[in-house]
Amino acid sequence: MNRYKEVLIKNIWVENPVFVLVLGICSTLAVTNNLKNTLIMTVGVTLVIAFSNFTISILKSLIPGKVRMMIQVLVISFYVIIVDIFLKAFVSDVSKALGPYVGLIITNCIIMGRAEAFAQANNALISFWDGLTSGLGYMYVLIIVAFFRELLGFGTVFGFRVLPDNFVNWTIMVMPPSAFFMLAIFIWIAKSFKKKEESK
Amino acid sequence: MIPDLNPLLLFFASVFTSNILLSNFLGMCSFISISRDFKSSNGLGMAVTLVMTITTVLNWIVEKYIIVPFGLEYLRYIIYIIVIAAIVQILEMIIDRISPNLYISLGIFLPLITVNCAILGVALFMQLRNYSLIQSAFFGFGSGIGWWLAIVLLAAIRLKVDKAPVPAPLKGVGITLITIGIMAMAFIGFAGMINVQ
Repeated sequence: MNRYKEVLIKNIWVENPVFVLVLGICSTLAVTNNLKNTLIMTVGVTLVIAFSNFTISILKSLIPGKVRMMIQVLVISFYVIIVDIFLKAFVSDVSKALGPYVGLIITNCIIMGRAEAFAQANNALISFWDGLTSGLGYMYVLIIVAFFRELLGFGTVFGFRVLPDNFVNWTIMVMPPSAFFMLAIFIWIAKSFKKKEESK
Repeated sequence: MIPDLNPLLLFFASVFTSNILLSNFLGMCSFISISRDFKSSNGLGMAVTLVMTITTVLNWIVEKYIIVPFGLEYLRYIIYIIVIAAIVQILEMIIDRISPNLYISLGIFLPLITVNCAILGVALFMQLRNYSLIQSAFFGFGSGIGWWLAIVLLAAIRLKVDKAPVPAPLKGVGITLITIGIMAMAFIGFAGMINVQ
């Protein structure tokens, strides 16, 4: 059980995929101006990481070393297609808004990174747990970014108006540059906390 | 329905106003880690431009003559990624044979490109927006040039920023993201000139 706890803490805080390793922000940063889309997108990413980690870990002794990357990509695309079909069937409006970004989960570097670094060397169950927790570590960072972007850009949270009507929307928050700024501020805050922890 | 767009206009739009990296966030991973070094950035930019142009055209052909006639839309992602991986593999062999010098400067970046989201992203956008063959070629080439321009600019800026006094927790990734954000704002300044979806 200890090992599971260790993996959890590592993936959520110590080696968080977003602000420590800086992996996989490509496909998801683009949708962070809307909380609902971000939530669905990151849930999709988390499920894909967990299941592809699980599958690759089971298959690891069967895959020849030379074509390893190719097989991993195929396994990942298989799960991404399932997520895509699922989204099209149940939440078609979100699926339309996400557009090509769902397909781009395939090239999200976190998934390849976890498969290569963890699933190759560990058993199936803990690989699944590792995928799930790194997905969660990724999710909460992007949800925070999306929360502030939607709040300041549209004055809403999950589509409900929370700020008073005379609040002037910050147009920049809806546009791409703000995603970089918000993420940078988040990294700044997270890293200064980490610095304090280390000096103790 | 093929959109009514001049291919040249599309080329400039994909370099400046809708830069694949600064407005669609594609190819960020290698962008942040490679831009530490100016020379590698240049090499990777070149390789991305080359691969992007070729794969966009090939994926267009595959889409039109294989995926649509056989009703394989649900396998689109897998087919695209296989085409990309195959092209990268073949290019690596060809460059190795023809010019060992070029291979030394370009070859190490080629395997990285298979998992570069920008390549797959451009192919998916091309399919989504129904571009014609000529438009796709210019779109792929323009997006590659745009990516190359962005990474070289960022690498040059980072050379200077490295020497600047930056708050310790912001060093590295933090300040790089802020730099990219300011670059993205500058590129948005071009937006009024050309209007392309």
